[in-house]
Amino acid sequence: MIEIRFHGRGGQGAVTAAEITAKVAFKDGKFSQAFPFFGVERRGAPVMAFARIDDKPIETRYQVYNPDYVMVLDDGLLDVVDVYSGLKDEGSVIINTVKSDLSLKPNSSTIDATGIALENLGVNIVNTVMLGSFAKKSGQISLDSLIEVINETFSGKMAENNAKAAQIAYDQI
Amino acid sequence: MVVKVITSNQAVAEAVKLSKPKVVPVYPITPQTTISEYLAQYVADGDLDAEYIRVESEHSAISASIGASGAGVRVFTATSSQGLMLMHEIVYAAAGMRLPIVMADANRAISSPINIWNDQQDSIAQRDAGWIQLYCENAQESLDTIIQAYRIAENEDVLLPTMVCLDGFYLTHTVEPTEIPESDKVDSFVGEYVPKYSFLNPNEPKSLGTLADPEYYMEARYEIDEALNNSLKVISDVGKEFGEIFGREYGLIDPYKCEDAEYVLIAMGSICTTLRSVVNEYREKGEKIGLLKIRAYRPFPVEAIKEALSGVKRVGIIDKNISLGVGGALYNDILAKLDINAYNFIVGLGGRDITPKDMDEIVEKTKNPVKDITWIGLKED
Repeated sequence: MIEIRFHGRGGQGAVTAAEITAKVAFKDGKFSQAFPFFGVERRGAPVMAFARIDDKPIETRYQVYNPDYVMVLDDGLLDVVDVYSGLKDEGSVIINTVKSDLSLKPNSSTIDATGIALENLGVNIVNTVMLGSFAKKSGQISLDSLIEVINETFSGKMAENNAKAAQIAYDQI
Repeated sequence: MVVKVITSNQAVAEAVKLSKPKVVPVYPITPQTTISEYLAQYVADGDLDAEYIRVESEHSAISASIGASGAGVRVFTATSSQGLMLMHEIVYAAAGMRLPIVMADANRAISSPINIWNDQQDSIAQRDAGWIQLYCENAQESLDTIIQAYRIAENEDVLLPTMVCLDGFYLTHTVEPTEIPESDKVDSFVGEYVPKYSFLNPNEPKSLGTLADPEYYMEARYEIDEALNNSLKVISDVGKEFGEIFGREYGLIDPYKCEDAEYVLIAMGSICTTLRSVVNEYREKGEKIGLLKIRAYRPFPVEAIKEALSGVKRVGIIDKNISLGVGGALYNDILAKLDINAYNFIVGLGGRDITPKDMDEIVEKTKNPVKDITWIGLKED
């Protein structure tokens, strides 16, 4: 079983990112689950969300404590939350940032998801960009299914732009 | 039939759409809110032909449900936590008036302190009201149980409101693969609602919920109790028939590896998923342990539980609620009705996550009991 933890702030799309991950994995022929852990309900507050992917039905319902992957949607959270908490030895972390002076642990990679989001979506909602990057770096979900789910989740121009943003992130590495 | 990756809230809304209620009075409250949003959307899009009433409170939501059900149509409402507390007075009235309302409760803790996260205190606090209470384990069961709830509530031997309970966030906000049954199959399973007693007919005027003096009140209460007892068989029958048609059978309880078990854990709701894998883990180590999931909490299926636990040495009863001063509600019900060596674990109040370490502690303390009632996951200092 692969476990993923998302760190974001209310309104950034961490919960949707986890849900999209579960839907993409299911489309890929796997079993999946995703759920959020909300702090206080307000925009900007730290939010966690979790996703699990497995070849058999998921039999656990507690939070993810030992993730294989962590995605950080907002680098401001690095001062607030221990995003590495419980990370498996072979686990990896993807962080949305443009800073080069962060003291990151090994197995961390960064992406300017905000830049890609602002350019393609016009807003700092980075979930689909992060998932494009995750699809490439982890190989746990396929880009084709990701684009399909983006098209089912959003409509019109919004779907088109999100699919493009995910593709750009995927191609970047 | 399609499989969608959806939350239990969406599964409930899909089931409501398939069950075709005519009136849906709802007031939004976390973590139930998306149920009310999906239903509003279905009605606005013409996918559900119902009157959606945007009431000004939960007290009004259940009152409008009584009005509509009394007038003779199928009704759905949903709430959570403080909303259910506000309904409390009318929750009793709905059972007393024998109205087959179906209500989803997104299980959430009760103030104070204020808390939006999961436990089952809200529905447990309504356990004596005369409603049927069914607790769900996953999104599929949430969907399937709403559909069955109409058949159970509307059965002539029952005619009682039914509460379908789903754990806040652990189910309401968790997406997982869920089968959506075909509309025509559900149509023929649920059927058209034909009210037997309560309907608005000017040629045959009736009063509902009137005064009963000491001459009559006890009989009215006795009949509710009888109806709840009758519902035991109806819940079983409907669950079995559902299985024949949709391939997923349901009962009052769901025993797992209890036949040869020395120790059995007993629980309700979403925690049963994890507990089943805990049982598997300990079975691999050669431990004779089982799980008894209680699906119907009201009526309380005493005979079914007795049968499932025959030969069991000791039980660990897991409560996501606390009847303050006396222990968990499920624990006390089992102590009252069964002659068995039972220990109680209070878990997950206000959304405290129940970790693998907590599960191990529960198993260990069921095998080697320390005290009658143990709070699991309490901070030490």
